[in-house]
Amino acid sequence: MATVTYDKASRIYPGTERPAVDSLDLDIADGEFLVLVGPSGCGKSTSLRMLAGLEDIDKGSIWVGDRDVTHVQPKDRDIAMVFQSYALYPHMTVADNMGFALKIAKVDKAEIRKRVEEAAKILDLTEYLDRKPKALSGGQRQRVAMGRAIVRQPQVFLMDEPLSNLDAKLRVQTRTQIAALQRRLGTTTVYVTHDQVEALTMGDRIAVLKDGVLQQVGTPREMYDTPANVFVAGFIGSPAMNISTFRVDNGYAIVGDSKVQLQRETVANMTDADSGEAVLGFRPESLDRVAPNTDGAMPVEVVVVEELGSDAFVYGQLPKAATTLADPKFGGTGEVIVRVDPRDVPKKGESIWVKIREGEQHVFSAASGQRISPSAASTAATPKA
Amino acid sequence: MPLLITGAADAGLMELPWDIPLSAWPEERIAALPRGLSRHVVRFVRHGDGVLAVKETNPEIAHREFHMLRELERMEAPCVKPVAVVTGRQTSAGEELSAALVTEHLAFSLPYRAIFSTALRRGTLTRLIDALSVLVVRLHLAGFYWGDVSLSNALFRRDASEFSAYLVDAETGDLHQQLSDGQREYDLDTATTNIVGELLDLQESEDLDESVDPFDIGTRLEARYRELWTALTSTETIDANVPFHVAERVRALNALGFDLGEIDMQQTEDGTAITLRPKVVDAGYHSRRLMRLTGLDVQENQARRLLNDIDEYRVVREDRAGASADETFVAHEWLTHIFEPTVRAVPRALRGKLEPAQVFHEVLDHRWYLAQAAAKDVPMPVATASYVKNVLPTKADEQAVLGRSLAEMTAELPALTAEVGTRYEVRDPYANDNTHAWGGVPEPEEEPEPTVTRVSTRIPTQTRRPLTAEERAARDAEAELGTLDSPDED
Repeated sequence: MATVTYDKASRIYPGTERPAVDSLDLDIADGEFLVLVGPSGCGKSTSLRMLAGLEDIDKGSIWVGDRDVTHVQPKDRDIAMVFQSYALYPHMTVADNMGFALKIAKVDKAEIRKRVEEAAKILDLTEYLDRKPKALSGGQRQRVAMGRAIVRQPQVFLMDEPLSNLDAKLRVQTRTQIAALQRRLGTTTVYVTHDQVEALTMGDRIAVLKDGVLQQVGTPREMYDTPANVFVAGFIGSPAMNISTFRVDNGYAIVGDSKVQLQRETVANMTDADSGEAVLGFRPESLDRVAPNTDGAMPVEVVVVEELGSDAFVYGQLPKAATTLADPKFGGTGEVIVRVDPRDVPKKGESIWVKIREGEQHVFSAASGQRISPSAASTAATPKA
Repeated sequence: MPLLITGAADAGLMELPWDIPLSAWPEERIAALPRGLSRHVVRFVRHGDGVLAVKETNPEIAHREFHMLRELERMEAPCVKPVAVVTGRQTSAGEELSAALVTEHLAFSLPYRAIFSTALRRGTLTRLIDALSVLVVRLHLAGFYWGDVSLSNALFRRDASEFSAYLVDAETGDLHQQLSDGQREYDLDTATTNIVGELLDLQESEDLDESVDPFDIGTRLEARYRELWTALTSTETIDANVPFHVAERVRALNALGFDLGEIDMQQTEDGTAITLRPKVVDAGYHSRRLMRLTGLDVQENQARRLLNDIDEYRVVREDRAGASADETFVAHEWLTHIFEPTVRAVPRALRGKLEPAQVFHEVLDHRWYLAQAAAKDVPMPVATASYVKNVLPTKADEQAVLGRSLAEMTAELPALTAEVGTRYEVRDPYANDNTHAWGGVPEPEEEPEPTVTRVSTRIPTQTRRPLTAEERAARDAEAELGTLDSPDED
């Protein structure tokens, strides 16, 4: 078991100007499950492969525990890449499938058997050790594959989109299993995914990357409640946060004919560069339906209603007048998603009035996209994962 | 979502039963070809004149792998040819089905398990590993990180007395401008683990002899890879006779079957020596040369063998004509006088067993044995007839060339000579019925055809003497045991 430290680690591909990973600083605690997440091309896989030793580190360094592994060969890093796609050998027993790779590393027989038995216990496979993979269910076979990595007793597990070749249903099952297994093993794990739901449900902490730059790292709750910038705000959470740029006048964001009061602290954080504008973000569940023309409320024209049984979401549009800013940097379409009571669903074409709940605004600088409002209060609702 | 087929220029693909899960496709569609281990459902499907490999997987992976294979194909890397990605599949009841990746089945190729499932010729295993290591080197030179190197993820084709390996599963791979050492090391590490696992599994299923040590063989790939990689990429410093060293290096690389794009030459800092760094373009030096000379598109070792035969032919011809001929001219003559008649002598029914170039290679081998046994040169037509009669029919179960005793085969010789004559009739150059539509047909020639009899330059006939009775008995005994190795084997 060990910590992992990225110390200003960069990867710059020859012939490119922008680093694929740019001065990544990240401390991963011993036993932690850290998820690297971001859109494709954000550098998450490259970051993982730098740790695995598959990508050169052009600047900075990477440490596993108190050992600098920057220039160490992959197999000497005491790290295991875990694939969901490991081949299982049909004629070998489950125990041999799990343990044969140790023979290559010249581990002695008794030790191999011991490690295999320990791994089998954790994986609930003890009674199948002498059977062939054919006798196992799909889930058990996957666990055998995991067992192959576990018996190596590495300091760190690395997983790069391990669920990508599973169908949607199996993906949900397996992600729960992997997360549970990691907690039982207590081995430091770095996990890469493009799927923010996977990140929120699995990680102890999440690191969001974009264009090779670390945007924010924190617990799922922190990422959800206090996104550090517009990108993280829009990326984490499903359905996504509503984000639009508005004029700010006298402490109010001007939303068409409506005015939304901003916190004093927020307004104080605005700079000249913002030229009197701010990016206002609010989650679909942070809106209350109110009577028309209530103070601080805005009208939303209902375009589509999505009913999910436990929830209903209105996909709507702010009035034209609210979206008149010329070419804002962040959000300009005036589309708004509102979570509504599934037992009181408005009709398509209707107008509803909604108000952002107290303390649940996220305000960002119109110039830099960085957060300028204080931490938003947790909504009573759990994050929609 | 309606059915969507991306990539194929073949409307016929629409007719395949995409509304049924691949595992339940009707028997008459499925081609009974040997399959490797796979984590996905893979089936070989008859389609038109050919066979397609269809793999079920999710749409993202299918598209990714399709584009990766396209890219590799463009770089002329040895891999299967992608045909199409099929998405939006639904059963008649509206239930969604997996996407499918369609590739061309590589004709005459075998997964390693099929090669092992019959009696293993000595050295087959190491040849497979060697072929795989060449493949890995070639892919690495092209900037392809495989991520899951294994015997299962490659297909093997007979290539003269060696094998050629082809990439079939690019799912885990990535293309880079240049691979890092870490990526190459990691590929080698996975390769070793996977090969050991695969061999242990073969032993468990009793397809591989207990006496083989999987751990020994497993480490062979890494060793072979490093040898080749060093030969191809290492930088050397020379302080004298630069042109000679450059020429030597080029020759050594060509001999390994690789073409050289350029050489970087740089003076060392003190100016006393020059550092050479080759930039290898690609493997296939011999096959490209043969292609240029004859239009035949064959694999590397087959090409090497065929080129040797062209050289022999040329020497013999020059001896007779007393003048040297242009290489291209000789190659064309060889094609019409030697190669095509040999390949055409294979009855249609047996043509599916081996590739034409492989048949030719084996006929050359066979001729060598016959000549040894008969203690005199054997004409090509006779060797071919004997091969077609005695060896090729046994090929279905991959029997070794020397499955039958030499005595038995040589007994046929006089009869065959009477039957087929000692030289080929030159075919009508206009009759364009090239086997497998290979190559171009040479222009008709004005001059009368030179009469060509084949004499092997390898063992001059006059130096041979008849075997003594003792030697003959010893040889026959040896042949009975089947321990005689072919000349090209180690």
